[in-house]
Amino acid sequence: MAEQPAQSAPCLLSVRDLVVDFRLDQGTIRAVENISLDLFAGRVLGVVGESGCGKSITARAILGIIDRPGRIVSGRVLLDPGTTRQLDLATLSNDSRELRSVRGGRIGLIFQEPMTALSNHYTVGNQIMEAVRAHKPKMTKPEARAKAVTLLGEVGIPNPDGRIDAYPFQLSGGLRQRVGIAMALAGDPDILIADEPTTALDVTTQAQILLLLRHLQRDKKIALMLITHDMGVIAQMADEVAVMYLGRVVEKAPVEHLFAAPRHPYTRALLRSVPNIHAKPRERLASIGGAVPHPARRPSGCSFHPRCPEVIAGRCAETEPAPVPAGADGAACFHAELTP
Amino acid sequence: MSNVLEVDALTKHFPIRSGLLHREVGRIRAVDSVSFHLGRGETLALVGESGCGKTTVARCLLRALAPTSGTIRFTPEGGREIDLAPLSRRQLRPLRRHMQMIFQDPYASLNPRMLVGDIIAEPMLVNGVPVADRQARVRELLELVGLPDTARTRFPFAFSGGQRQRIGIARALALTPSLIVADEPVSALDVSVQAQIINLLLDLQDRLRLSMIFVAHDLGVVRHVSDRVAVMYVGRIVETGPTTELYRQPLHPYTAALLASVPKPDPTQRDAAPPLAGDVADAGNVPKGCAFHPRCPHAQDLCRQVRPELLEVAPGRMSACHRARELTFAGVS
Repeated sequence: MAEQPAQSAPCLLSVRDLVVDFRLDQGTIRAVENISLDLFAGRVLGVVGESGCGKSITARAILGIIDRPGRIVSGRVLLDPGTTRQLDLATLSNDSRELRSVRGGRIGLIFQEPMTALSNHYTVGNQIMEAVRAHKPKMTKPEARAKAVTLLGEVGIPNPDGRIDAYPFQLSGGLRQRVGIAMALAGDPDILIADEPTTALDVTTQAQILLLLRHLQRDKKIALMLITHDMGVIAQMADEVAVMYLGRVVEKAPVEHLFAAPRHPYTRALLRSVPNIHAKPRERLASIGGAVPHPARRPSGCSFHPRCPEVIAGRCAETEPAPVPAGADGAACFHAELTP
Repeated sequence: MSNVLEVDALTKHFPIRSGLLHREVGRIRAVDSVSFHLGRGETLALVGESGCGKTTVARCLLRALAPTSGTIRFTPEGGREIDLAPLSRRQLRPLRRHMQMIFQDPYASLNPRMLVGDIIAEPMLVNGVPVADRQARVRELLELVGLPDTARTRFPFAFSGGQRQRIGIARALALTPSLIVADEPVSALDVSVQAQIINLLLDLQDRLRLSMIFVAHDLGVVRHVSDRVAVMYVGRIVETGPTTELYRQPLHPYTAALLASVPKPDPTQRDAAPPLAGDVADAGNVPKGCAFHPRCPHAQDLCRQVRPELLEVAPGRMSACHRARELTFAGVS
């Protein structure tokens, strides 16, 4: 069972009305539109959606590492919201000292492909030590090395004293992802953003890495934002879930509610279309018609309406449903508005 | 009726070369003495984790690779049985039309400079089908895979990943092959699109009685599309059986661990411990005895010493586990 919502858990990061555009010669593409999310200490926010839904862009926007020509047009990314230390990351320049100290410091990032964060030319230990000392310049090399060994042990690498001198190419995919997690933990973050951390891994390794993430997150009271396309991963890991479609959050709910009573037709369709290991022989899946449209060709009104089995004629194609309010649960759908 | 495929002791080793003289210093046993059969109209799934040899088996079947040893007896529809393993490229050429492949990546497997109609017609062009017949067949195939007729005169970039996979399927079906090898055909697709392609494959199986080798790592997908399953681990088949029975009660601890590792889409049933520790063994350095023994919770001395053979444990069910008869492994209902 997932734990009960801890009302007392402090909110560490609030994204408010975030808008991200990609300005191309052919025109402007809105990749993320009015996203609001909250990350709480010791809790896991699952962000789920298909390719092009904006889930990775949202994560990159938080850290100020969106690739050109993308940029944050409006919205706030508040670290420690409502406290005296509140800091709006969206106002900082991407290469400012403040943002660089937050990146890899307060906020750790775990990539789908651990080699995104690692180089094959340096030992695992040197790279982790560099990350450790980047955020604690006063630490001596032996101290940093001891810390790196501790981190490798924490992420479940057998014989960390020996493995610290290994190069990434000498490690298996699963061990490499553990090193990637150790890198993300090097700055003692209280927020972790994991972008499809197990998608490139085999299923038995995935199970190990997911449990490792859950244990680390609980023990260190880390706020984890877990981005995935896999509803199974969401069910196993998340406390709260945000379902994204074409740059918007279409539904937000505690994980048990989302699976027991999904409110948005897209969420329902997504849950039904997952291949099931309990299926009957030759069982057909309830598929969603069509494909996710290109963000440059966003349909009018509710952007899901051309694929929606429950579309309301004369309404969904014309008017856009109200977004899920910031800091609350709900679905951006006229049906959900009608039946609260 | 005879089987489409009878594979016996198929082996593919890759040499590890090193040093100035490029001497062979070791061997990667990518596929090690694999035997199975494929009945006509049947879909057999080859499942396993990366490096287990499932794709190498698929490539040997289509003779994209030359096997190190073993036989691949293939009987095309209405044809004679022939062993593909020793044939030269030239000898293989007349047989190629009987075996076709569906690829994983719908972006890499279609020529971006060719019109969709030409892509689908190409296998027929190569095999000397007359123009008029080709055009009629392309129309028929587009309808079969659920694409509009207008697709013929467009380029692949105009289509989404799911639509491109439909184009790839239409091309594979163009010559009504006796054998289709599909290598992870839905794993590059989004969930909602994946479901459409799975449904399409199910429809095609019913309508055309396809004989298919389905290479996949996703046990959910496999349960929907396959009649039988062969589970591979480090180059060997560790278990085969009819899909429903194999899922309900696996006869090998690795199959059970694979099933238990799939994240359950139910937040009220969370795993407390990972079903399997450690990593997949290295095919260049296979553990002695049973290759799975270092990760197996049931391993005994025998497992560390003697490599278990794939033996029939129950009717239609084979397992390569010394303890298959005495232990009961948990499956999924």
